[in-house]
Amino acid sequence: MTTTELPAIKGVGTQATRLYGVLALVALGWVFVGGLFFTPEDVVQGDAVRIMYVHVPTAWTAYLAFIVTGVASACWLLGKKHSMGFDRVAGASAEVGVAFMALTLISGSLWGRITWGTFWVWDPRLTTTAFLFVTYLGYLAVRGLGGSPQQRARRSSVVALLAVLEIPLVHFSVVLWRSLHQEASVLSPDGDIKMDGIMLFTLLFGVFGFSVLFAWLVSHRQRIMAMHDAQRASALEVAMVDRLQEASS
Amino acid sequence: MTMSVSRIAQAVAVKDLRIELRSRIVTNQVLPFSGLVMVMFAFALDSDDVLQGVAGGLVWLATIFSLFILVQRSFAIEVSDGALDSLRVAGVNPQGIFLGKSISLFVQLIALEVVLFLTAVVLYRVSLGGAGLVLLVTCVVSATAGLAFVGTLYGGLTAGARGRETLLPLLLLPVVAPVLISATRATEAAFTSNGVTVSEGWPWVAVLAVFAAVFGLGGLLSFGSLIEE
Amino acid sequence: MMQPIRVIDFVDAVAVYNDYPALAGVTFSVDRQEIVLLQGPNGAGKTTLLRACAGLIPVVRGSAHVLGVDIAIDRESIRERVGLLGHQNGLFAELTIAENVDFWSTVVGATRAERDAAMQRMSIDGKLANRRVSELSAGQKRRCALACLVVRRAEIWLLDEPHAGLDAKGRDEIDLILKEAASAGATIVVASHEVERAQQLASRTVSLVAGHVRGVS
Repeated sequence: MTTTELPAIKGVGTQATRLYGVLALVALGWVFVGGLFFTPEDVVQGDAVRIMYVHVPTAWTAYLAFIVTGVASACWLLGKKHSMGFDRVAGASAEVGVAFMALTLISGSLWGRITWGTFWVWDPRLTTTAFLFVTYLGYLAVRGLGGSPQQRARRSSVVALLAVLEIPLVHFSVVLWRSLHQEASVLSPDGDIKMDGIMLFTLLFGVFGFSVLFAWLVSHRQRIMAMHDAQRASALEVAMVDRLQEASS
Repeated sequence: MTMSVSRIAQAVAVKDLRIELRSRIVTNQVLPFSGLVMVMFAFALDSDDVLQGVAGGLVWLATIFSLFILVQRSFAIEVSDGALDSLRVAGVNPQGIFLGKSISLFVQLIALEVVLFLTAVVLYRVSLGGAGLVLLVTCVVSATAGLAFVGTLYGGLTAGARGRETLLPLLLLPVVAPVLISATRATEAAFTSNGVTVSEGWPWVAVLAVFAAVFGLGGLLSFGSLIEE
Repeated sequence: MMQPIRVIDFVDAVAVYNDYPALAGVTFSVDRQEIVLLQGPNGAGKTTLLRACAGLIPVVRGSAHVLGVDIAIDRESIRERVGLLGHQNGLFAELTIAENVDFWSTVVGATRAERDAAMQRMSIDGKLANRRVSELSAGQKRRCALACLVVRRAEIWLLDEPHAGLDAKGRDEIDLILKEAASAGATIVVASHEVERAQQLASRTVSLVAGHVRGVS
């Protein structure tokens, strides 16, 4: 006999999330200030290099989101209890991840425009991120197909794991493809930047800050989803009472 | 009482191909469509040299566009009278259904590609040597296997309910990108266009083979879950 | 293993379809070799109940056992033993009756003899068997679908409005087939609007209203 899980949730923030919310703010604040003012400009690229402090961390976070969705989907599928928490994390991570992927593409595109005058380069990382973006749009569309939460979870976890198979193949093909054109080293935006100590620190701090932001966004989104599911369950109760009245009348 | 996967696959493949022979949808509708696409490419690109250079890519593009139609047709016959539902209710092993439909899709795709390559030879004036032919055949077989597997897999997911069919291109296009990239490079090597030698095509065929193996196995494992309600 | 007498046993079962409780607490049971009629207005949940018995739809609350198996936990293993004929026939229009029945025989592992017997029970002779499904009348299509059901050797037959779209002769034929199947060992549940006719056929009638069982007679 299965019953729907009804977690007791009053608000979406907890002490823990407030703590790392603050942490994210502080880290990103430093990156913002440091990135714009305290770090030097690049010898070759000038001030344009500052986009790196946004582009590289968001790219990293986008891939982190992809991994989290994959792992959470596997946990849901392979776990005996098929705990819905995993499915919610997978979905939340995908939603937040898509936003970070878009940011990566936009920042990479702007960087290319400023540095070389083109909005798009066939850099393997950028191209794979574009594919990741579209694949995750598809994943979110599959999540929206409807049905019970268990049905949705089963379908989307399989699609997420297929994406885990597909993305490395895409990346590998693109790398092989671009290597034919022998432009790879030149066109990679961060390929030829000499990293000053403070630049490296700011960059790593940026990666840290964006990752914490990611965690904050995912845990909040995941909780909202749990509340949404609880609301559906109670709406079901109401509908059942109505049905009973209908039957007795 | 439970039938083996291979017998189910055989029955499903034979059934699908028999239906196609009777209805002639591929021969009367899809082939002309893809032939027309090849002609439209010529209109759009308007340069014999360019066309000869990109002929390989155009054949595979036309194949992928036709893939959507073939997949949707393959599942339309299952869904129109609830046959896929009946197969599920009867507890028929979904792996057998997956393999059978992949085989029938493979056969239809091969027929399509033969026509497209002949069209390329005629319209775009590419030429093919002995070693190139071997490369081309291997490339076509492995690429088509990959396309058949992913087409059937995602076709099963998007079959049936309203508003799902439009999801097929969105899901399928990113997935077939590696096939497009690799098959095009291998085909260019086979045609020795743009100064590419035949031997440079073989690594790409390896990628195609890996793709087919990964999605053949992945499909066997996941098809059942994706057609489940 | 002792075969259960009670082949379908639902207690307060709830099945949800698109957030709507199509079955809102159904207590329903069927014993072996019974023919039970399920009746009720549109939207009462008859189709949902049949699909739940076939293991197609999950039961989210209450208890539901089919052939002794708890289908809330495992609804896939019973599918081989249960046959469902819904509103659609599950046939392939471009193939002949013989080819449709052959296909089903092959995928469920039926022998040639079983296949021939099924065709015979449905009164499908050689000439009819070679006609394409797209050319058949509604009654003939139904008989073809039933032949495909027979060949599956299902222990439970679930039929959703089997008489719909048939003339009087077609309906009589269906009834005869169902009675024969029951005496041969199958358990039959029929959802139908045809109350009077079905009452000649069934040993028991169950009324379904708004996802609940209202009465049994």
